[in-house]
Amino acid sequence: MSEETTTGLSHNKLAMWVFLGSECLLFGALISTYLLYRNKFYDGPAPGDIFDIPFTSVSSFVLLMSSLTMVLALSAIQRGDIRNNRLWLLTTALLGAVFIGGQVYEFTTFIREGLGYTTSPFSSAFFTLTGFHGIHVSLGIVMLMSLLISSYRGKLTKKNTETVEIIGLYWHFVDVVWIIIFTVIYLVPNPTS
Amino acid sequence: MSTSETTTEDHENHEDHEHPSDQKYMQIALLLAIITAAEVATYFVDIGVVLIPTLMVMMVVKFFIVAAWFMHLRFDSNMFTRFFVSGIVLAISVYFIFLTVFEFWTEG
Repeated sequence: MSEETTTGLSHNKLAMWVFLGSECLLFGALISTYLLYRNKFYDGPAPGDIFDIPFTSVSSFVLLMSSLTMVLALSAIQRGDIRNNRLWLLTTALLGAVFIGGQVYEFTTFIREGLGYTTSPFSSAFFTLTGFHGIHVSLGIVMLMSLLISSYRGKLTKKNTETVEIIGLYWHFVDVVWIIIFTVIYLVPNPTS
Repeated sequence: MSTSETTTEDHENHEDHEHPSDQKYMQIALLLAIITAAEVATYFVDIGVVLIPTLMVMMVVKFFIVAAWFMHLRFDSNMFTRFFVSGIVLAISVYFIFLTVFEFWTEG
C-alpha cells in the first residue's frame, strides 16, 4: 500500500534503519565489554581452551547462507512468486534454527566443561554477548514464521513486499553482527590457561 | 499530494528495476563463502603478524558486501545508508574511547 511521505521513503523502512543504527550501539557495548574481560578467566576455562572453531565455523556458514535464502525470499515476492517466497522463508527459518541449535549445544558443552555464566568475567561477557545475539536470531525466526503463517492465510502477497524487506533487513543485520562476533571473539587468537 | 511528496509505491517501483537477479545473489553468497573459508583457514595455517589485520579486512569486506547487496544499501536511498552509518560511526567512536579509557590497547 502506498503512503504519502515528504521524502518518498517508507517510514516503516526508515524506522527499521534507525533501529538497526541504534542496535550497533548495543552490540558495540557487548563486544567492547567482552574484549575487556577476555583475559579475566581466573581459575575457569580460558577462551583459547574451550572454543571449538571448526564447529562454530559451520554455524557461521549456516547463518551466512540464511542471508542468501532471505534475499531470495524477497526476490520471489517481488516477482509475485508466492510458492518460492514460502519455500525460502521456511528455509531461512530452518537455517536460523540450526544456528540456534548449534549455540545451545555450544553453551551446554561449555557448562559441562565448567564454564558457567558466573564462573569468571570472561564467561559472563561471553554468554551475555552471544546470548543476546541468539535472542535476536530467535526473534527473527519468530518473525519469519509469522510471515509464513500470513502467507498461508493469503495475507502475504506482492503488495506486502515491504514487510518481507523490513524483516529481511533485521535478519541480515543479525548476520552482519555475527560476522563481527565470529572474527573478533572466535578467530582472533584467544588466551589459553 | 503536494508536488514535493512522492509515494512509497513510486519509490518501490523505481527500486524494482535496480535489484539484482537471483543468480547475482548466489554469486555474492559464493564470494562470502570463499572469504569465510579463507578466514577459517587462518585458524589452521600460521600467517604470523599479518593474522589480525587480515582477519579485520576480511570481516569488513564481508560486512559491506552483506550491507550493500543483501540489505540493498547499494540500490536504496542514501538516507538509509546515512542512518545506518551514523549508528556504526557513533558505536565505533564511543567504544574506541571506552576501550582507550580502560587501557585495552596497552594492557590487552
